[in-house]
Amino acid sequence: MFRTLTVLVENNPGVLTRVASLFSRRGYNIDSLAVGQTENPTISRMTIVVEEDDKVIEQVTKQLDKLVDVIKVNDITDEEYVGRELILIKTDGDPSVRGEIMQIVEIFRARIVDIGQSSLIIEATGDEGKIRAIIEALKPFHIRELVRTGKIAIQRGSRSAAGKSKATE
Amino acid sequence: MKQKGAQILTKCLEEENVDTIFGYPGGAVLDIYDALYDSPLKHYLVRHEQGAAHAADGYARATGKPGVCIATSGPGATNLVTGLANAYMDSVPLVAFTGQVATDMLGRDSFQEADIYGITLPITKHNYLVKSVSELPRVIRESFYLATTGRPGPVLIDLPKDVCQKRVALSHPQSPQLRGYCPVQEGASRMIGEAAAAIAASKKPVICAGGGAIISGGSEALRELAELCAIPVATTLMGKGAFPENHPLALGMIGMHGTRYANYAVNECDLLIAVGARFSDRVTVKVEAFAPEARIIHLDIDPAEIGKNVPVDIPLIGDVRLVLEQLCRQIQGGNEKEEWPARIRAWKEKYPLKYDRKSETIKPQFVVEQIDEATGGKAIITTEVGQNQMWAAQFFTFTRPRTFITSGGLGTMGFGLPAAIGAQIGRPGETVFNIAGDGSIQMNIQELATAVDYRLPLKIAVLNNSYLGMVRQWQDIFYEGRLAYTEIGGPDYIKLAEAYGAVGMRVTKPAEVRRALDEAMQIKDRPVLIDFIVDRKENVLPMIPPGGTIKKMLKE
Ligand SMILES: Cc1ncc(C[n+]2csc(CCOP(=O)(O)OP(=O)(O)O)c2C)c(N)n1
Ligand SMILES: [Mg+2]
Repeated sequence: MFRTLTVLVENNPGVLTRVASLFSRRGYNIDSLAVGQTENPTISRMTIVVEEDDKVIEQVTKQLDKLVDVIKVNDITDEEYVGRELILIKTDGDPSVRGEIMQIVEIFRARIVDIGQSSLIIEATGDEGKIRAIIEALKPFHIRELVRTGKIAIQRGSRSAAGKSKATE
Repeated sequence: MKQKGAQILTKCLEEENVDTIFGYPGGAVLDIYDALYDSPLKHYLVRHEQGAAHAADGYARATGKPGVCIATSGPGATNLVTGLANAYMDSVPLVAFTGQVATDMLGRDSFQEADIYGITLPITKHNYLVKSVSELPRVIRESFYLATTGRPGPVLIDLPKDVCQKRVALSHPQSPQLRGYCPVQEGASRMIGEAAAAIAASKKPVICAGGGAIISGGSEALRELAELCAIPVATTLMGKGAFPENHPLALGMIGMHGTRYANYAVNECDLLIAVGARFSDRVTVKVEAFAPEARIIHLDIDPAEIGKNVPVDIPLIGDVRLVLEQLCRQIQGGNEKEEWPARIRAWKEKYPLKYDRKSETIKPQFVVEQIDEATGGKAIITTEVGQNQMWAAQFFTFTRPRTFITSGGLGTMGFGLPAAIGAQIGRPGETVFNIAGDGSIQMNIQELATAVDYRLPLKIAVLNNSYLGMVRQWQDIFYEGRLAYTEIGGPDYIKLAEAYGAVGMRVTKPAEVRRALDEAMQIKDRPVLIDFIVDRKENVLPMIPPGGTIKKMLKE
């Protein structure tokens, strides 16, 4: 099953390698990993989607926690959170199909961000379900290229990834 | 006053109470060596950087203090790798310094550049590439803190040459501020209560003590717990010395080459109390069938060990010594189990470790027993890897912590001699014996020169079977005796020892073993190597074949 982890890490060079090599060394499957700076410039935040069972996830979490550069690990899968991914899709786009594509884009509240001679680039954001659906909907128009960011996620309400700990103040 | 980075380094080491360093110089560490020239730190020059890492490791295990080693960039650094991996697997506190090309040369495949930071990521507790000299005091402070606290381990600091050369004013770092690192100390009281209740309720408990019992200084608390409730104590290979093996409650080692009674006890127990042990596959052998009747209490400082290999009923996370002390306070006396220790005593009498004591050739087990006798049981034993290691573990009666120094997790041939050097330097008053195989001793034999240089009176007992014996044993048992490339020659060890300036002896008859050992014990100003020509085809028994249960145990 897919689990979503948010990981606060020191904004040090090498920290991404540490996390990535931990996954590869111990044979954990990463579905996606997104990383960037947070409200505190000394801290980066990773959102990692992992496909593993509960027992493995427990190990993943503990092993991540053991890394000195990892400040906090949260499995937010079962919590209230907003999860989003950005995707760019390049499809065939000669004039005959553009109308149809634009309708799809409309429905998904996506955007066309580039029009070439015979191709289109569509930008969409959303949760897993929406991203999956738009990919399916665009398949008939021949997806030439597809690039996605991986999921980022944030908990709803006043809960935060740093939790109650003072660590990140 | 401004100082060079290299001088700041030596000053910081002094502040960490370091007095002993093992190393090997080279271009990228010239500035550090220049600083060592005027420093009160004692530097031991080894003959190979792997030797430096293992010597620092042996020093750390024998003394409980962190070991420090140093190597130049490129090949010097990569030569440390096995030593770091070894220390990582066995949770040994090391701080390793490597030279590196100057920061403006990084990433250009410069002469003797190797990405040792990248290479050692998975085999260190933490590592650093220092890009600015101003970070150096903080990095060194953090490294010693990380290496020695929580679950100890090696930390590597990669030092570009310009960082060592740059002059700045020495700033004294404060205590380390690591928001991502907060090792636990005391155990949670609710869990302690549960553990105490489980112990009270159990009829057939067994303690299994691992390396953590030694690292934490928990031996006394362990003994107190065992005696409070008369709980028999087995150890892992790494736990040898945590509990006196001459104690009536001692079961010796469990696992693949453990005693029959320790394995029987674990198989039948209704409560297994793992104390600073990590359930390695050499202990559980077949993990699904391990301690099948038992609830499991697992005490460890590393939360990631809980549930990693076996499911745990009562986790106790914390410093082994502190938690054991907490546990002892919770347990009232009068919990002594009666029948269970009696049953175990019967097993011990019926199924002792054995070998042919009437043999006309020297049995390797006999040599180990004689070392025990000749030293009055008061020796620090290091081992190589293979049969020699198992016989050392089985036939020497360990009674004190930090006296059995062996490569447990990584199984590194070539560990024993440099580790003995480190141990002898750290504990000059002790008799240090390296129990060696003829294959392993040849892996770091160059360190004999180091031992001679520093007039170390350590002893090397080569159990010479002219085989890579443990591999030969597996070939005989599991590969129909097809002995592919395991017969191994060696030098004339007497000449070899003498060529290095050590004393060499050869012993071929059982009756001569003790005399040679007594003679070796008299030599105090240089190392002695004794070449014991032992029974070539002796096997280490008992043995539970990999993936097998005790039903599959090979007994003779
Ligand atoms: C560096 C290294 N290479 C290979 C091995 C695999 N190995 C394990 S035991 C062993 C044989 C060791 O031979 P020897 O030192 O003579 O010891 P014996 O088993 O004969 O006592 C070998 C090759 C190892 N453990 N370490
Ligand atoms: Mg051999």
